Formats: sequence, C-alpha cells, structure tokens
Amino acid sequence: MRYPKSGRRLASVCLLLCLTLGLTALPGCARRGDKAAGSITLAGSTSVQPFAEMLAEECARKYPDRPPVNVQGGGSSAGARAALSGTAHIGMLSRELAESEKELEPTVIAIDALALIVHRDNNVVDLTKEQIRGIFSGRITDWGELGGTPGPIHVISREEGSGTRGAFDELIMGGEDVMARAIVQDSNGAVRETVAGDPRAIGYVSLGLVDDRVRAVKVDGVEASVESVRSREYILVRPFLFVVKGDPTPEAKEFLDFVLSEEGQRILSEEGLVTEER
Amino acid sequence: MNRKEKFAEVVLTVVGLTSVAVLALIIFFIFREGAPFFAEVGLGSFIGGTKWSPGKGQFGVLPMIAGSFFVTLGALVIGVPLGLGCALYLSEFAPKRTAAILKPLIEILAGIPSVVFGFIGLTVIVPLIRDRLGGPGFSVLASALVLGIMILPTMVSISYDALRAVPQVYREGMLAVGANRWQAVTSVVLPAARSGILAAGILSMGRAVGETMAVIMVAGNATIIPGSVLDPVRTLTSNIALEMGYAAGLHRQALFATGVVLFVIIGALNIVARSFVRNRVR
Repeated sequence: MRYPKSGRRLASVCLLLCLTLGLTALPGCARRGDKAAGSITLAGSTSVQPFAEMLAEECARKYPDRPPVNVQGGGSSAGARAALSGTAHIGMLSRELAESEKELEPTVIAIDALALIVHRDNNVVDLTKEQIRGIFSGRITDWGELGGTPGPIHVISREEGSGTRGAFDELIMGGEDVMARAIVQDSNGAVRETVAGDPRAIGYVSLGLVDDRVRAVKVDGVEASVESVRSREYILVRPFLFVVKGDPTPEAKEFLDFVLSEEGQRILSEEGLVTEER
Repeated sequence: MNRKEKFAEVVLTVVGLTSVAVLALIIFFIFREGAPFFAEVGLGSFIGGTKWSPGKGQFGVLPMIAGSFFVTLGALVIGVPLGLGCALYLSEFAPKRTAAILKPLIEILAGIPSVVFGFIGLTVIVPLIRDRLGGPGFSVLASALVLGIMILPTMVSISYDALRAVPQVYREGMLAVGANRWQAVTSVVLPAARSGILAAGILSMGRAVGETMAVIMVAGNATIIPGSVLDPVRTLTSNIALEMGYAAGLHRQALFATGVVLFVIIGALNIVARSFVRNRVR
C-alpha cells in the first residue's frame, strides 16, 4: 500500500469530483428537447446580429412563455436569401434592399450612424468624406494639411469584421483599404478612450456613444446628431432592416412588435443606434 | 493491495488521462480547423505574407509573427535581468526574514489578472510614452514594459529555486579559499544554476508569447512590421482574440491557422525548456 491513510479519502474526493462533473453536464442535455417547437430564426447581417441577440434575450426574459428566438449571422445578402427561401423567419440587413429583393417586406428597426471623433482641443471641425478617406488610407498624415495644428495624425480604427468597421469601410472607404499602420482598438469604448486622451488622434464610433470627452467633426458640413440622421442630411448612416416574405408567422410578428415597442427601441438607442420617431 | 486502493488508483488514472485527453483534443481541434486553410491559401503566403486584410482575402501573418517576436524580446530584455537580480538577492544576499517576506509578495504579482496590468499600461505607460517619446503611445515599448513586469514572478521563482538547489558546500568551499560572497556567486553559484536559470528564461518567454489581454490594450494592434519601438504592433495571440468574435469561413480558419503557428512556437519553447531542466537534474 502506497497511501495507507489517505487512500480512502482520496477515493471519495475523486468520486465527488466525477459526480459533480457528471451532474453539470446533465442540464445541457435536458434543455435541447423543447427548442424545436415553434422557435423563431433570424439570419443575416453580422452588424445587426449582436443587437438582435440582445433583443432576443430581453424578450425571452420578459416573456418566458414565448418560443425562443434563434439568431444567426451570414451577412445581409444571406439574410435576404434566407428570408426569401423561408430558411429564416426574419432576415436581418444592414443596407437598403436591392432590386432583386423587393418582394421582401422591410421594417427599419433602427439607423446605424457613425461619428468621426477627435480630441476636444483639436481645432479641425469639418472634414469632407474625401479627406476622411485620405486620412484612413494614409494619404493625409498631418493635421496641418487639414487646417489644424501641424503634427502627425494618429489614426484609430476597429478590428476587421466588427460591425462598426464594416459600416466605416462601406460608407467611407469605398473599396480602399484602411492603412495597416492604423491603431486597432477592439471596442467603441476603447476608441473613444484613446481619442479622449490623445490630441492628435482621430477615430470613429457609433453616433450614440459620442460623449463630451471627445468631439464629433462635421462631415461635408453637416453636424452629426440624432436630428441630422433622422432627416437623412448626415451621410454616414445605414439602416438596420428586419425583412419578412409575405405575412410573418404569428410568433415572428410578436417578436417584431417587441422590437418596435418602446422597450425594444430603448434597448437599441441605449446601444448607440438612432431610432425613428414613432 | 486492497480493493479500495485499487479503485482510487483507477479513478486517479482516469482523471490523469482526462487532462492528457483535453490536450489531445485541443491539438486535434486547432489543426482540424486550421489545416484546410493551409491547403487553400498555402503555407508560404500565410507565413511570408505581410498584408493582413481578411475582408479582401489577404492573410499574411508575418507582421504578427514579427510582432510577437519583438514584444517578447523586449519583455525578456526588461524582465530577465530584473528577475534574475531579484532571485540572486533573495537567495544569496537577503537576510532570511527579508526573503521570507519578499518571496511571497513577488508571487502575489503572478495572481494579478492580466487585464489589470493592461489597464495600468493603458492609463499610465501609454500616455507617458506618447507625451515623452512621441508616436501614438501604443507601441512595442509599452507592450514590452507591461509584459516585462508580468513575467517577473515566473523568472524570480524558478531562478530562485535553481539557485537554492546549488549545494551549500559550493559556497562554503569558495569562501574557505578566500573569495568574497560576490565572487562565490558569480564564479560558482551562477554557473552551477545555469540550466535552471535558462529554463526560467524560457518559461518566462512562453508566458510573454502567450499573454493576450494586456497586450491588446497597450500594443495598438496595427498589422505592420514595427520599424521602431514606438510603432504599434500586433501579436499572434491578439490577432486571434481581436477578430475571433466575428470571423466566419476562411477568416475563421485563418485565425485557427494563426493558432497553429502559435502552438508550434510554444511547443518548441516547451521542448527546449524541458531539455534544459533535464540537464540540470543530471
């Protein structure tokens, strides 16, 4: 015997460990069964996906009796295709419908707007879309070229694949690359924090997340504000659409109603999106 | 051997094998997810490519390999001398009571979450570099400073153990022939503990290569090969963590392939470290 005294205790500890591990694995299996019955599937834009997931969670918390909402990515075009073919109850798009998708019924759930932000002490107040593209592609590298206090521009961007980056690429860059030298931060908050601390920095965040530690520049002469977004004067915007083919199923309709309800809209505006006045 | 003991042995064997199985599964999974990528894009354009733009199908991971290399090198330049000096002091020069207080304190450093180091780096080191040395502040230097401090506990405790493992008679022999303490340490104790100290350095290197969170916060994550210590940089681990959340299809595979590169690097480091540790025992 190698463990004369502790053998027994060891064995029971091990047994306990195995039991605990086994038990924690069980509930996962039990839940699977009830999912198939009448769940709602959303598919499409990865920019809309996190918001849809948040809405689905909130809806499930508030109405535990309703069928679960299942949210998948795939991109805007895939979302439209899924809604057309019936693989998803609701398609999610972060752009307007294309000509070939016109038979889908769109609902604007919110508008995504980007703000270009600089340090409060920065004296550049107005940039054109061309200039912004120049800055982020690396052609314009000094604030002096833009009428500001001369000094190198510190460009802050977002990671490839994020919704905000996707919107920026689409709305500003038009096929050009954001330069590889750009600093990459992994959240709206981190971009804002960086810009707030660096007088030479410029970055972009969702409009709703601009606060008074940074300043949003005018784009093509238009102030970035909820009003200018709603009136469509501000150009750095894209709609978030939920699309259905024909009449939505009752369950899908319920979820859509929740999204458009005061509560659903409040969640979206708290996350930085601009919601329509209803 | 009685039956209860046999039972305990079987259970323990199963538990032991579980951890091996987890490792095997991780290896299997990373390679299964990453392998199709190598087949599609090719090893050369992945490892040798300098442009990372997944949206456009460009997957050059060389800037990240270079980034991990420079950041780790910087962390070692800062952390190894500091850690070795600290271990030397604790083992050879400090009074027993001082060492008994300092050693646990340094080990507490290992328990501080990396996000805290990152946050200190972000709020203290980055602005300091930006204002004093220029550039955006997010840089190789900032990452190396943060990592250099983070590897201290590993460096200190392993080299301390290596130094303590040198038999006391070596020191006494030196002192007996008229050497002072410093001479005894440099000419006998350090050479005797050499392989253990090397192992400490290599394990610290592993920690530095693998650290993610703190580096993301202070490195700037630009996909360029840094030209100076003030340039922003992205490491292999940051590359995975930054883009994992959204990546799909080929992009996702590319991140797993990044994981394969990282795995090979860390595996190689571990093998080297083990051979040093074995030499010490011999």
